[in-house]
Amino acid sequence: MTTVLAVCEQRDGALRKVSSEVVTGARRIADALGAEVEALVLASGPASGADQLAGFGADRVVTLTADGFTQYAPEGYAKAVAERAKAGAVVVVCAASAQGKDLAPRIAAKLGTGLAADVTDVMVDGGALMAIRPVYAGKALLKVKLTGKPAVLSLRPNVFTPVQRPKAGALSTVAVSVPAGRVTVKEIKAAEAGALDVAEAPIVISGGRGLKEPANFKILEDLAHAFGGRAAVGASRAVVDAGWRPHADQVGQTGKTVSPTLYIAVGISGAIQHLAGMRTSKVIVAVNKDKDAPIFKVADYGVVGDLFEIVPALTAAVRTNA
Amino acid sequence: MKIAVCIKRVADSETRVKTGADGKSLDDAGVKFILNPYDEFAVEEALQRKEKAGAGEVVVVALGGAAAQETIRTALAMGADRGILLQADAVPADGFVTAQAIANELKAGGPWDLVLFGKMAIDDYNGQVGPMVAELLDLPCVTAVSHLTIEGTTVTADREIEGAIEVVQCPLPAVLTTDKGINEPRYPALKGIMAAKKKPLDVKPVTLAAGAIEVLEMTPPPARKEGRIVGEGAAAVPELVRLLREEAKVL
Repeated sequence: MTTVLAVCEQRDGALRKVSSEVVTGARRIADALGAEVEALVLASGPASGADQLAGFGADRVVTLTADGFTQYAPEGYAKAVAERAKAGAVVVVCAASAQGKDLAPRIAAKLGTGLAADVTDVMVDGGALMAIRPVYAGKALLKVKLTGKPAVLSLRPNVFTPVQRPKAGALSTVAVSVPAGRVTVKEIKAAEAGALDVAEAPIVISGGRGLKEPANFKILEDLAHAFGGRAAVGASRAVVDAGWRPHADQVGQTGKTVSPTLYIAVGISGAIQHLAGMRTSKVIVAVNKDKDAPIFKVADYGVVGDLFEIVPALTAAVRTNA
Repeated sequence: MKIAVCIKRVADSETRVKTGADGKSLDDAGVKFILNPYDEFAVEEALQRKEKAGAGEVVVVALGGAAAQETIRTALAMGADRGILLQADAVPADGFVTAQAIANELKAGGPWDLVLFGKMAIDDYNGQVGPMVAELLDLPCVTAVSHLTIEGTTVTADREIEGAIEVVQCPLPAVLTTDKGINEPRYPALKGIMAAKKKPLDVKPVTLAAGAIEVLEMTPPPARKEGRIVGEGAAAVPELVRLLREEAKVL
């Protein structure tokens, strides 16, 4: 039986949500190819959440352990996954998360093949694996055929909605021997406790120049809090360039590409640069004083007017209904 | 300090993308091309490192068509010392093919103290050539560096990860890919632009390997269905919330 590897991701010994998305994507490919899904977890010991992967379609869950695997170890992870892949995998599926963007190219290079990065859809036709990749920041979609043996791809977070598809998912642990890496993670400086990244949050509320000054982002943060830990605050390029918000929050072609369930653009006119980064959001709401702003062209629901009145009213309404 | 900076010519981020006659690539008629913005950070970082070291060489390497010479000249105008164009008909869809060609050139022209790339190109969103070159050269690699210190031969770099900053260390020589935040790229001054015309630029035709990623088609993204203006001002909020709950079902 051929194998599709799903490379999962843990932080501090707990699997991250994107792992269930990777297993879901791998399951879709495996079903079309008549293959099995092997979920790979790289950690220094058992990772919490590994037993959940069977539910998303993992035929088996293998934790590759090494002493240096407590944190992300780029070289060791890449070597361990590549060696596992050489044992007969036809496809290697990673996440296009911060870690996956670093890891997947290394794995592909070790396997001597290319990587279809940041994929938003996969399909198999006549045994050939194909993928859709947004390019030009989502202004166009490339359909590519992957002919690598194995094929390596990374999946854009938040796109492959985890689907329950229970399989056996037997857990096992394999100790691997990897040399000490030259690249080591010294520290992870966490942002505000529980803060979500705009690329991963199910709800993103972004602000632009219409906020007038940095302190006014407080009203967006209040709205985010009203959503009870499900929302992150993003920003347009203009306000990041002005130093109002960190680059980590920037949505757009030279920032992050996001696909949340709900995107709320506040005081953002909607430059093509910005639209590119958020147009794949499931539902878009725009609040802007200019009824002709381009953001209203992509918004499902628009409210025209003073954001300093509208946003607090929305926050109050969300709080009441939460 | 001998530093290689690998750069790419890309369509400007304001470009309205239209598919060309082949159905697989950008129609570049009327498109403005620029030095990939993430590569500007790499060029700037190389120049600052060389200035700090007081000696060294910054060599710019690009793979692409003849027009990429113009992009190399932009980096030379910023202050890089010389350029190498690995001339091919087009940049391949498979990043590993590009990485092989660049790694071969860097092997021949090395050793390097530092090899820099932008974290990704804003056209193909591949973000893979840098770390692949590192693998091929067997050098340590840190990607998406938003803050960098180098003390002696120890690199300490910040990388943005979801909701946190990862602080990573590795020894030189190394391959680093740069993210916004690492520096403020300089604009080429007129003097630099004039000087760049006289700087050496080697054009080397390359034969590319066949890749494992084949582009079948390039299409516009599905259009979003026509939205609507719910209303004006705070008075529209109750209706907005109702629509989000009952119609969009996202609340």
